[in-house]
Order: sequence, then structure tokens, then C-alpha cells
Amino acid sequence: MSKNEREQLRPIVDDIKGRLPGAILNEEDSFGDLVLVADRKQSHDVMKQLRAQGFDLLADIAGVDLLKVEHTERFLVVYNLYSIPRDLRVRVKVYVPEDDMNVPSVTDIWQSANWAEREAYDMFGFHFEGHPNLVRILTHRQFEGHALRKDYPVMKGQWASGVSDLMPDMERE
Amino acid sequence: MTAHETGVITTRVDEVIRWGRKNSLWPLPFGTACCAIEFMGVVSSVFDVSRFGAELVRFSPRQSDMMIVAGTINYKMGPVLRRIYEQMADPKWVISMGACASSGGFYDNYATIQGIDQIIPVDVFIPGCPPRPEAILDAVLKLQAKIDRTPTK
Repeated sequence: MSKNEREQLRPIVDDIKGRLPGAILNEEDSFGDLVLVADRKQSHDVMKQLRAQGFDLLADIAGVDLLKVEHTERFLVVYNLYSIPRDLRVRVKVYVPEDDMNVPSVTDIWQSANWAEREAYDMFGFHFEGHPNLVRILTHRQFEGHALRKDYPVMKGQWASGVSDLMPDMERE
Repeated sequence: MTAHETGVITTRVDEVIRWGRKNSLWPLPFGTACCAIEFMGVVSSVFDVSRFGAELVRFSPRQSDMMIVAGTINYKMGPVLRRIYEQMADPKWVISMGACASSGGFYDNYATIQGIDQIIPVDVFIPGCPPRPEAILDAVLKLQAKIDRTPTK
């Protein structure tokens, strides 16, 4: 983070902390970008505030499986945000425990979250609450399990028996 | 009219059919990756697959008899490939072009089929990543030789 970026980001983070006490659990500087660790229950509010502060581009949503990392929840959802008018980046991390995979959907804040969340669901199995169409996007719909989980056998392929899930409207006729 | 102009050739029907088939292969490019780009080079003027009668690329399985699977086939694409193959009219042949289609290539993972011969019969495999255009011409010639020695009935 350059000094200029730090000076621009500081009031944004302080503003969110003032409005939502306890929502931001931690701040990190990772590879030159600001990383905010958000509380899962309040992550939707944090994202809404960031959107209001000018972070108008949700570049990607990534999942992380921390299977063998100790003293942490198993999963992590990472949102990569960018502000086009201000040329600023911020990443938001949300920890997700294995026994409760619910994460608030941000599709109502950024349209691009729709496919990104479907991908994260497909690969890791997060349940994005409020997503309009949370179905698999990369693997076929008969696929069982979630391929990017660390305990999924990486070479285990699964056959699809038909094309019905590719074009359901055409197949119905 | 001279004897030359009204001449008659005697041959076997089987032989004529084989001759016709092998010299008028209509390719169906099932291109899913970079091999399909290399295939474009084979069809265009420098390498010119039309020298071997296989230049009439059709994008409908109903009008073609040589399927060239050029690229990675994943498990989601598998049923599609199978259906396209079944839509082709007999007689039909399949060329598996490149490492990915033939064996999965370096995509040894949950998503990629480790060789399309698990779904459809393949006549000629082409190694390479991607293969040189000469290798594809060689595959066409190999396929022609195969057609030539296969009885038509």
C-alpha cells in the first residue's frame, strides 16, 4: 500500500468501524492490499458500506479450504473489491466453519456476485443465503461433492449421463 | 467417336465406393481448445487439406463423416460429444487430435476425461500439444489407408 492509498483507505475503514461496531475483526496488509476480516453475521452490511464508499467492482469471489491449518475455521471466502473512480483495492475475508456453511449473498449489491458465488458454491459448497439461483456452474449437476475441497480426491472424475442440465429449456420440449 | 472417348473401365463396386469415401472426407471440427486453431491452419492455403479431398468443413454432424476432436473434453462436455457423434450418419470416422483429446493431456484432474476413446470409438490418434499441421495431414492419410483396406459391407 502506498502512503496515498493508506490515507484514502483509513477514513473508509474508520467510517465502517464507527457504523458497524464489531463487524471488522481484523485488518491486514497483504501483498500491498488492504485486507479486512469481517464477521460472517455482519459481512453483508460491511459489503454494503464498501459499495457505498465507491467500491463499485466486485472482481472475484474466491474460496479457501484451510483443512490442515490449526486454530481456525475450515473455510474462507475472499471478496476482491476494486473502486474504479478512486483506483483502490480492498479484499474482504470471511471465515466459515464446516458445520455451518451459510454466508450472506452479495448478489443484491453487485450483479457480478451471481456467477462468482455459484462458482464458489460449486467448488467448496458454501451456501450463499439470498442467492437467486444457487446451482453448480462449472461441473455438471450430477457431480457429487465439491472439487476444490482439500479432502476431494483430485483425480476422481465423475461421469455425466446426459446433457439435460446444460439446456433444460430445450430438453423439456 | 473413338474408342478412347467411349472406353469402359471394369472394377469392383466395393473398390469404387472405398475410393470415393477416402477422397471426399468431410470433416466436422469438434474444437474445444487450441488444437482447433491449429486445425484452421491445416484447412487454409499453406497446408491445404483439400489436396487430400478433406477441405469441406461442415459444422453440422449430419453433413460430415470425419469428426476431428480438437481439444480438451471434460466430463460436462462428454455427453455432448457423444450425442454429436451419434448424430453423424454412417459411415463415420473419428480423429482424436492432440494430447488432451487422446489422453487428457496434462489435465490429470477431476474435470477432464482421460481420453475420448472412453466415450466414442477413435480411428486415428494424433500426438502433440498441439500437433503440427503435417501431423494432421498424416492422420488424414492414415485414415484414408484404413478406409481403403476396410470392406464396405
